[in-house]
Amino acid sequence: MKDLSQAKNFDEFMEGIWRQNPVFVMVLGMCPALAVTVSAVNALAMGFATTFVLVCSCLLVSLMRKLVPKEVRIATYIVIIATFVTVVDYIIQALSLELYEALGAFIQLIVVNCIILGRAEAHASKHPPLTAITNALGMGIGFTIGLFALGGVREILGAGKFFGVSLFGANFQPWVVMVLPPGGFFVLGAWLLLFAALKRRKEAHLAASGDGHGA
Amino acid sequence: MAPESLSQIFLSAALANNFVLAMFLGLCPFLGVSGRMDTAFPMGLASAFVMLVASLCAFGLNLLLTIFHLEFLRLIAYIVVIASSVQLVEMVLKKHSPALFRALGIYLPLITTNCAVLGVALFQTAREYSFMQSLAFSLGAGAGFTLALVLMASVRERLKLSNVPGVVQGTALSLMLAGLLSMAFMGFAGLGG
Repeated sequence: MKDLSQAKNFDEFMEGIWRQNPVFVMVLGMCPALAVTVSAVNALAMGFATTFVLVCSCLLVSLMRKLVPKEVRIATYIVIIATFVTVVDYIIQALSLELYEALGAFIQLIVVNCIILGRAEAHASKHPPLTAITNALGMGIGFTIGLFALGGVREILGAGKFFGVSLFGANFQPWVVMVLPPGGFFVLGAWLLLFAALKRRKEAHLAASGDGHGA
Repeated sequence: MAPESLSQIFLSAALANNFVLAMFLGLCPFLGVSGRMDTAFPMGLASAFVMLVASLCAFGLNLLLTIFHLEFLRLIAYIVVIASSVQLVEMVLKKHSPALFRALGIYLPLITTNCAVLGVALFQTAREYSFMQSLAFSLGAGAGFTLALVLMASVRERLKLSNVPGVVQGTALSLMLAGLLSMAFMGFAGLGG
């Protein structure tokens, strides 16, 4: 029995990281995903901030799921999320002013990140706290991985650096467009393309092996 | 506060720093409803209206909050104001144009979580715009958002007729398109400062 519940928890956790990855599969929360991912560090910071807000809000929403009347639930969720975002905003400001200036208004814009409201509404409001947190943590990590994939590629291509360390020699001509706004769209589009191509290949493979069994 | 003229602020928000294509705000409706022209345009107008209302309310609220030294409540206050103005737009649309109301569907209440709307309110506060400047900023942002949505919708309507390889179809294609549009909008850089 214990094994079963553990397996289920693991499944909840992995859902956000792989099967329902917020960035690559659901294509949610795109605004911060594209706006702040000019470097790997920014992407990680944004990912962690979002994860923190996501987990805290989901915990609170899940604890209050029997108290909140249906009619005002969205408003309640938004206020809960806004509270935690304010907390994160002040924490980042206290920890690193440099990072705070790099992320700018996008920390406060975590409030309107569809992933958080979506999770609160679709998952946390219907599940007990532990499941809700597990799922939220998975989603948050999945989002962070997605951001990191975008930020890493954009920093390497656009600035020739990774975490601020130069990768190539002095002769490297940075691909500047990658750190400019269009680059965000292109890199995300390319990742989605890659996943679509892989999925298609896997399906073709499965179909082919299925045929083989039939014959 | 930089002494920017009103036209500069308007042009900058609409073109050079277009909210969707240069600042990545409001991407969800941008990718969601830009499939067809007859939903894209009204959606743009509705969002622009909410932006205007939210910007004006946010300006007043910010004055009030500053007087009482309650700046930490800013975010919560803004989001509540935005949610109520979306409710207003929703009721007006439902009464006067039920067909449009149905066509926009879930994306209408989602204006609440449109980062562009909150973005207008937050940026005008951060840049300490005066009342008239805020007005120009929100009008410009609304115009820019509508423009981006309409451009995207017209290109995507055309694309439906063309022969696209299967793998590229869907979100990947929209993102590539958005990238190209965004590159085109970079040409406006320098305009309006």
